Amino acid sequence: MIYLQVFLEFLKVGCFSFGGAYFAIPLIRQIVLSNGWMTEEVFSYFVAVSESTPGPIMVNMATFVGSSQAGILGAALATLGVILPAFLIIIFIAKIMRKLVKNPAIRNVMDTILPCVVGVITATGAYMLLSTLVSFAPVSFDFRAIIIAVILGAILLIYKKKTGKAFSSILLIAISAVLGIVAYGI
Amino acid sequence: MKKLLSVFAVFFKIGLFTFGGGYAMIALIEAECVEKRKWLTHEEFMDLTIIAESTPGPISVNSSTYIGYQQGGVPGAIAGTLGVVMPSFIIIYLISLFFMNILDYPIIANAFQGIKVCVGVLILKTGFKMFGKLKKTPFNLVIFAAALIISLAVDIFALNFSSIYLIIICGVLGYVLWLIKHLREKKEEAK
Repeated sequence: MIYLQVFLEFLKVGCFSFGGAYFAIPLIRQIVLSNGWMTEEVFSYFVAVSESTPGPIMVNMATFVGSSQAGILGAALATLGVILPAFLIIIFIAKIMRKLVKNPAIRNVMDTILPCVVGVITATGAYMLLSTLVSFAPVSFDFRAIIIAVILGAILLIYKKKTGKAFSSILLIAISAVLGIVAYGI
Repeated sequence: MKKLLSVFAVFFKIGLFTFGGGYAMIALIEAECVEKRKWLTHEEFMDLTIIAESTPGPISVNSSTYIGYQQGGVPGAIAGTLGVVMPSFIIIYLISLFFMNILDYPIIANAFQGIKVCVGVLILKTGFKMFGKLKKTPFNLVIFAAALIISLAVDIFALNFSSIYLIIICGVLGYVLWLIKHLREKKEEAK
């Protein structure tokens, strides 16, 4: 039953999204792809919208995916699922949280998980980006996408070098939208 | 009751005014909860950020639950969390109602062709940024490389292997390694 499924899948995301939103994205991606809920392409659209609207990305994604699969009840159940683990964990261990976080065994566990999370995020980003630039059967390159990717990358690098700060993600998404209109409209 | 409403209102505002989540939110939480209302001290706030980064789930929910709980027990935690989630729930739900339909417009479809490239760039950039902050110990590099290669393989070959398993394996590994080190230290002390 879709309602239960949506709830449980996002409960999993809520339980395992260590390192916040950017690890939740690969997890949610695997869920939607393996359940056949949407294509990789539509998933990336949802990510962009979730990053551009107020609120935590992970919650936005849950609401969006839940709504697309099962209407308002799906949206509510998915959102509830994704926030429930964090909610319960904080309530039940809030008092001993400070001690727990300093516990050497737990620190070691977290220290081992961190490089793993970084690896997964990097792999997801690389794969998602590459799949917009190249297809494999037959092999073909989307040259407009490649040019857009190069421009976006250049903006990020040059801005970082000149100001030392990160370029706004929402602004980059807006720029990429304009580039898309220009590149694919003409 | 007044407390609950104020917790709800503060977190509703936080939820409404933070775009892109995470770290922008932390600055706003500090301004509203620590500086303005003195609901917690700067030290407690620092503790909170460490906790929020170590527990799963959105940082904003971790914070709203924690601060709400301090201010008003379980009802406070619920008020805070509902507050922070509500703006995005409403906005996203409304967007979801017509989103697939607007993709039918060529100009929108073209815009999203560009946007999907951007999403890949942003996620990859985050990966690089996190890698930059990682301590480059041999252990970290090996785990990073293994996770990277396995994840790429899973995607390239369309395998059904969730990253959750990787997390669990690393978690267990971390614990076992700590246990070994701990037992060795105890052995040394016993001598």
